[in-house]
Amino acid sequence: MQVTMTVNGEAVTREIEGRLLLVHFLRDTLGLTGTHWGCDTSNCGTCVVLMDGEPVKSCTVLAAMAGGHEIRTVEGLAAGGELDPVQRGFMNCHGLQCGFCTPGMMMTARALLDRNPDPTEHEIREAISGQICRCTGYKNIVESIRWAAAEQAGVRSTLEPMTVGSAS
Amino acid sequence: MTTVAEPQTARETAFVDNDLHPVGHGRMLRKEDPRFVRGRGHYLDDVQLPGMLHLAILRSPLAHARITSIDITAAQAHPKVKLVVTGAMLAEKNLAWMPTLSNDVQAVLATDKVRFQGQEVAFVVAEDRYAARDALELIDVTYEELRPVIDARHALDPDAPVIRDDLKDKKDNHIFDWETGDKDATEKVFAAADVVVTQDMAYPRVHPAPMETCGAVADFDSVNGKLTLYSTTQAPHAHRTLYAIVAGLPEHKIRVISPDIGGGFGNKVPIYPGYVCAIVASLLTDKPVKWMEDRSENLTSTSFARDYVMHGEIAATKDGKILAIRTHVLADHGAFNGQAAPVKYPAGFFGVFCGSYDLEAAYAHQTAVYTNKAPGGVAYACSFRITEAVYLVERMVDCLAFELGVDPVELRRKNLLRPEQFPYTTKTGWVYDSGDYVATLDEALRIAGYDELRREQAAKRERGELMGIGISTFTEAVGAGPRKDMDILGLGMNDGCELRIHPTGKATVRLSVQTQGQGHETTFAQIVGEELGIPPADIEVVHGDTDQTPFGLGTYGSRSTPVSGAAAALVARKIRDKARIIASGMLEVSVADLEWDKGSFRVAGDPGKAVTIQEIAMRAHGAGDLPEGLEGGLDAEVCYNPSNLTYPNGAYICVVDVDPGTGKVTVRRFIAVDDCGTRINPMIIEGQVHGGLADGIGMALMEMISFDEDGNCLSGSLMDYLLPTALEVPAFETGFTVTPSPHHPIGAKGVGESATVGSPPAVVNAVIDALRPYGVRHADMPLTPSRVWEAMQGTVQPPI
Repeated sequence: MQVTMTVNGEAVTREIEGRLLLVHFLRDTLGLTGTHWGCDTSNCGTCVVLMDGEPVKSCTVLAAMAGGHEIRTVEGLAAGGELDPVQRGFMNCHGLQCGFCTPGMMMTARALLDRNPDPTEHEIREAISGQICRCTGYKNIVESIRWAAAEQAGVRSTLEPMTVGSAS
Repeated sequence: MTTVAEPQTARETAFVDNDLHPVGHGRMLRKEDPRFVRGRGHYLDDVQLPGMLHLAILRSPLAHARITSIDITAAQAHPKVKLVVTGAMLAEKNLAWMPTLSNDVQAVLATDKVRFQGQEVAFVVAEDRYAARDALELIDVTYEELRPVIDARHALDPDAPVIRDDLKDKKDNHIFDWETGDKDATEKVFAAADVVVTQDMAYPRVHPAPMETCGAVADFDSVNGKLTLYSTTQAPHAHRTLYAIVAGLPEHKIRVISPDIGGGFGNKVPIYPGYVCAIVASLLTDKPVKWMEDRSENLTSTSFARDYVMHGEIAATKDGKILAIRTHVLADHGAFNGQAAPVKYPAGFFGVFCGSYDLEAAYAHQTAVYTNKAPGGVAYACSFRITEAVYLVERMVDCLAFELGVDPVELRRKNLLRPEQFPYTTKTGWVYDSGDYVATLDEALRIAGYDELRREQAAKRERGELMGIGISTFTEAVGAGPRKDMDILGLGMNDGCELRIHPTGKATVRLSVQTQGQGHETTFAQIVGEELGIPPADIEVVHGDTDQTPFGLGTYGSRSTPVSGAAAALVARKIRDKARIIASGMLEVSVADLEWDKGSFRVAGDPGKAVTIQEIAMRAHGAGDLPEGLEGGLDAEVCYNPSNLTYPNGAYICVVDVDPGTGKVTVRRFIAVDDCGTRINPMIIEGQVHGGLADGIGMALMEMISFDEDGNCLSGSLMDYLLPTALEVPAFETGFTVTPSPHHPIGAKGVGESATVGSPPAVVNAVIDALRPYGVRHADMPLTPSRVWEAMQGTVQPPI
């Protein structure tokens, strides 16, 4: 069957098997390997992408179901080459280690901040609670999203500035 | 502290983020992050090669059964299938079995019997991953069911079925018995002690479950006979050597590449049958072949962790001086002994069970058995079984506090080793290098506000609310290891490091270890930067490719910093020594007149006369004479053999609230104070600790790989095997003390597993403390609501 959707602002049309999962469509058909898969049962959330601005687990969405919709992946997060505040937040706050869950976490964070620009810590934890990170213990992911929220609100002074060069 | 102004614009940040860092040790943003946040990491499943085929594995639905027939004709007839292989076909090539990391053998594909549910039986290679899976359905295997051995406690029963009848003359399920310490001396101390407390406890089987599952892409070039294997391995060099030995391929014709790894935690230390299948498939098809397991395969067939049934005993005086600890352990190793541990240590480093305390005697005995469960016994950030050892001792100390009616902090304070006792040799022969345990504990108490917490707890108990405070003061042992004692399958646990300073003063450092998220590309650049004064941004770290890096045993057991970190510092110092001679020629003074000033040599007494390391590098490669006897270039390599392990320690405090109606545990606070010696990048250290704390909370409260009586794995998906999310863990509070390792070149100790090792007993101790009004002294992990509720009713049973 043929499917047409918008991926990171670009219209794409491909001939696919009806059973093809969106995550495999993005990774294998389009070569957008920034979206990962981790569990097959929509528990881990490494495969989260935005469909019409809402986070979906692309391992449990058929590519055919995404037809006619707008998909946004981590490759589409940096607008015009400028990193999204969420991306900078994750780098500045050490919100990632192995990096495998990171694209999904960042997409969820982007969607959260789009509807709630000033989330509380609990709201952030709630938003990412459908996703698993085995490396960070989540603390720095929460910090990263708070950093991004402050950054895009222009009030970063409310957060502790990043320090470098100190031995402790 | 130096505060650096934030860049003004996003664009600016994008380009300069990695220039905001120190020359050497200190908080520094990671060099690897710019690619990860853009989705440009390159993980195993991202590897796409022209003409690549896909491999899928058929697995056993039964825990113990004889294979009576396999019919692959329908699968072979599938239009997209290129190859179907069974165990019998591998046996013809003498590849049906492979060695494990513990000198046992494991079936690549089952030939005679299947020995655990999920065992590899056959594989299919097809044009795409969907077709490969489809074809698995077309393979018809008939089995004759055999009675399985599921409960390790019955594995040695006289009538237990023999699982490993493939081993010559094997008549039972016994693997080994092992002991450490002085049995008689310990018996004497116990006999004379005022107080003896005994406690049975289980450390259930858990799984590392990295977010990226295991996989491989094998690419055999039949023209030049070279095999390139991309695989999710924490130990690329060791794997290459084993492939050479097992498959008979010449080692120089094997290149193992470990690309970006989506978490390891020990799960990616062993060689799995799937890797071997991918190699065989590429050899047979002359095409690149990818094998990528799914989550269920990862949970049901790859290396588990723990699975110990422990009987603990602790002896003390009535006023709380701990005298001795004794334990017997029954270890369930599954169907093949795949434990990864140095050869002389069949029980790993469990001998560190003496903990952080000054004992008069100690003794441990362990029996290991086969069962019809997945093999393994390495993984999940356990520092070679120290997780189990620390759990035992820290629970036993709390049981003693319970019986003596004393505060667990005060009991620990009375018994912790003192700074002047280091180096300290435990009663089981481990030489702790350094530590200030009481100082670490005091820092944790300060951050926690311990006395106030106890007051709050008392007030809550008055109101019938259940709040618990749990302590753990643990000692880790990491950095395997000295080659006189430690090898894995005959490979010494040393690691090499090569450093090349280019003419313009930029550098490339090549490591034998590789990162699975620990930030090696940053940390090792900082180590070299600290030694040579070259900014870390100017230092490229190369790792994870056997063609590009020196030999070494890889990253696990928190060994990267203790072993390779030392190698990196020493190779940089070797460069510095040569640079000093070149500088003496450039400045026309003797080497004795030169002073090192991080990045340049200065003439003593004439600070205006100096040359930078960059100028020296250009001279080393440039025209003109060098001091007599000196070769050109500025490169060096070392292979580091540690003289001892490093022994980080920590003091952890967990605060929980327990719902009296449901038994649900909420971890409200977790305070972790770690001492890992010299801190290279505090940001990365704290990140490592955070991750380990989440692991520990998961194991203590949620995680368990369980089986029914037929050997069906009940935890084969992330719907059934529960991992902590952001809602199950608190905002961790971390602190530190610094007691450098005296034998490590920069005083650093490993820290990657400290939190995984130290946190489970703190959580369990906190829950048991909360249940004090119910008189509960022990309940086993995982402390799920139902288990806690049963403990409150006095009906709790062991989980295994």
